[in-house]
Amino acid sequence: MTASVHPRQDASAQYLLRVADTCLILGQRLSEWCGHAPIIEEDIALSNTALDLIGQARALLTHAGRSETGLSLDEDQLAFLREERHYLNVTLVELPRGDFAFTVLRNVMVATFLKLLWQRLARSSDAELAAIAGKAVKEARYHQQHAGDWVLRLADGTAESRQRTEAALAQLWRYTPELFEDDAVDEQAAASGLGPRWSELREDWLADMGQLLTEAQLSAPKDSAFRSTGKRGVHSEHLGHLLTEMQHLQRSFPGGVW
Amino acid sequence: MTLAAPVHERCEQAWAVLAHVLDPEVPALSVCDLGLVRDIEVDAAGTLAVVLTPTYSGCPATELIERQVLEAIDAAGLGPARVELRRAPAWSSDWISEEGRRKLREYGIAPPHLATSDTQPVRFVNRQALAEPAVDCPHCGSAQTTRVSAFGSTACKALYKCLSCLEPFEYFKPI
Repeated sequence: MTASVHPRQDASAQYLLRVADTCLILGQRLSEWCGHAPIIEEDIALSNTALDLIGQARALLTHAGRSETGLSLDEDQLAFLREERHYLNVTLVELPRGDFAFTVLRNVMVATFLKLLWQRLARSSDAELAAIAGKAVKEARYHQQHAGDWVLRLADGTAESRQRTEAALAQLWRYTPELFEDDAVDEQAAASGLGPRWSELREDWLADMGQLLTEAQLSAPKDSAFRSTGKRGVHSEHLGHLLTEMQHLQRSFPGGVW
Repeated sequence: MTLAAPVHERCEQAWAVLAHVLDPEVPALSVCDLGLVRDIEVDAAGTLAVVLTPTYSGCPATELIERQVLEAIDAAGLGPARVELRRAPAWSSDWISEEGRRKLREYGIAPPHLATSDTQPVRFVNRQALAEPAVDCPHCGSAQTTRVSAFGSTACKALYKCLSCLEPFEYFKPI
């Protein structure tokens, strides 16, 4: 059993880890579909999307872990040796994969958000972050288009596929306000030019999602008072289970490689 | 013999060597045809620095390509060498050379259309209403083709089918 790392996280490291962990955890969730998707084309699509997300996470974790942020940890240490409370992904991405409707709806929600975030991060004062974003935005656009097309198809498909899409929307929508709630981490990133306050992305996200929902003749559920808090390290019960599986090999066989 | 001449020659030779290092996942094209090699220079310590720009964030071939590039340089006696990854500006399929596009077609992969701007809005519409530019079949040249899968055997490709000659083929995604 390898001891956990307990990184001291300053605001800029936290800002980077929120993005990195959101990519990594959704990538891990999507990889669960490998061999289980309803058709082989979508099996390939979900695995490819997972691969892009994990690639983005690797670049961000490496960047966040460099010595200048005070972390001095590499991508593997950050991915495999951090405990749940040190993970800063939004709760939305850690929810169990659900059915195919749930998966594609969550994918379009997250891809839309990440696309808008990458567009802004491509102008970051942090040159390496801007470079990572310049690449990732192209990938996020492709993910957004693909997942959105599927939401449309399912909503406009059979009674069963429509009912499942409506159920997924009811389950997922309440986790989306967390994406746009600012705190001190956002304020500092905005002040230093590292990246936008996430609340600044809300209007464009609602516009993109609104276009999709209108086309699919779906309506967004009413906002509730519920607020998830994953990006502050307080997670749902699901993340611990995901990490147990994801970290098992490195915890049991420290430094093990393929 | 001045110092500048052999440095210049070494870089020229390195470009020639890399023109024969094939991409592991699209082995019809060299890393130069794909536009992955951005620059070759010799640093102050006399090390040959090969600047590569990766295609996709998660492309599993990136590390293999780095290794193959170094091996080829070493085998040609042009080392010591190192690979430098440069992410910005991000790689675009528009960087594939004319020669590369020709080789793709011959290999049975339709070359990419020009990439759209990253800021162009993504729209969700009924697919029938969407007027997408036709992807010509690399086998028979027909424009009567249809997309089978948005993703393919590697991150950079999608799957298509020709409605004229009925052959399946891959399309290099424009990014």
